Amino acid sequence: MSALTLAWQTPEPTPTWYLILGAVVFGIGAVGVLVRRNPLVLFMCIELMLNAVNISFVALSVRNQNIDGQTAVFFVLVVAAAEVVIGLGIIVSILRRRPGSTADDLSELRG
Amino acid sequence: MMELVVFVVASAMVVGGALGVVLRRHPVHAALSLVLTLFGVAVHFVAQEAHFLAAVQVIVYAGAIVVLFLFVIMLLGVDTADNLRIDPLRIQRPLAAIVGVAIVGLMITAIVSTRDTGPLAVGEGIDVEYANVAGAPEDADQAPVGEPDANIKQLSRNLFGDHVFAFEFTSVLLIVAVAGTVVLTRRERRKGEGST
Repeated sequence: MSALTLAWQTPEPTPTWYLILGAVVFGIGAVGVLVRRNPLVLFMCIELMLNAVNISFVALSVRNQNIDGQTAVFFVLVVAAAEVVIGLGIIVSILRRRPGSTADDLSELRG
Repeated sequence: MMELVVFVVASAMVVGGALGVVLRRHPVHAALSLVLTLFGVAVHFVAQEAHFLAAVQVIVYAGAIVVLFLFVIMLLGVDTADNLRIDPLRIQRPLAAIVGVAIVGLMITAIVSTRDTGPLAVGEGIDVEYANVAGAPEDADQAPVGEPDANIKQLSRNLFGDHVFAFEFTSVLLIVAVAGTVVLTRRERRKGEGST
């Protein structure tokens, strides 16, 4: 066992791994936004994309040794919270008027 | 070894939850998959020594945002499963798959090709234990490693020093969002209807 551990150097996760993970999650969220029709699930996919960006921010903050990236994540969190509050308010008022609306029916938002 | 195990397990949580959000038919199940993803992201933050962000991630996302989603799902009674077979535009799904693969491919290509470039704008160093990152500055180990709350101290100094105006504007943003939601969802009360 010790010879094996000597021969096989355990790789440590570098910021590149985290960036690739963020890219994959962003892609999944983007496909979800394009495919799903339920407005609530659309919002969840947008949250996925925001989280992917957060992963990338923290990874680059570590890589550049700069705390600004983590501050940016803080602001992304605040904006995500505000966006969810407004978006869910709009969805509530639409679905209350027309139950069962999908994203295809949201063209009724046009004045 | 430990870091590798943590990375693999947390990445499995993140990617599995993300796939669950997109693929589960039931909105409640999608919301719970989102919780799984958010906890995985919090684990990644802890693994990168961003302790404050991990705590805020759990409190704000898993504690507030997903609960808000679940509230709305229950309130509206839209917790019926979607029929994923309906495809309004026949070409939409293949196009979406192509777009997704293209986005991920382009980003991974860019990431891998710029892997060996040095840091862009070197800050004053942050509280991380591994300074052997590719291109990390030589004096990266000058960062206050070891102090238990160094990350929070640095973050607060940065937030309330360099970014204090943006911080104040986020409070304005939150107030506007709350007021806007109250206006949006207020039901016009007809005359003669009792107060609820």
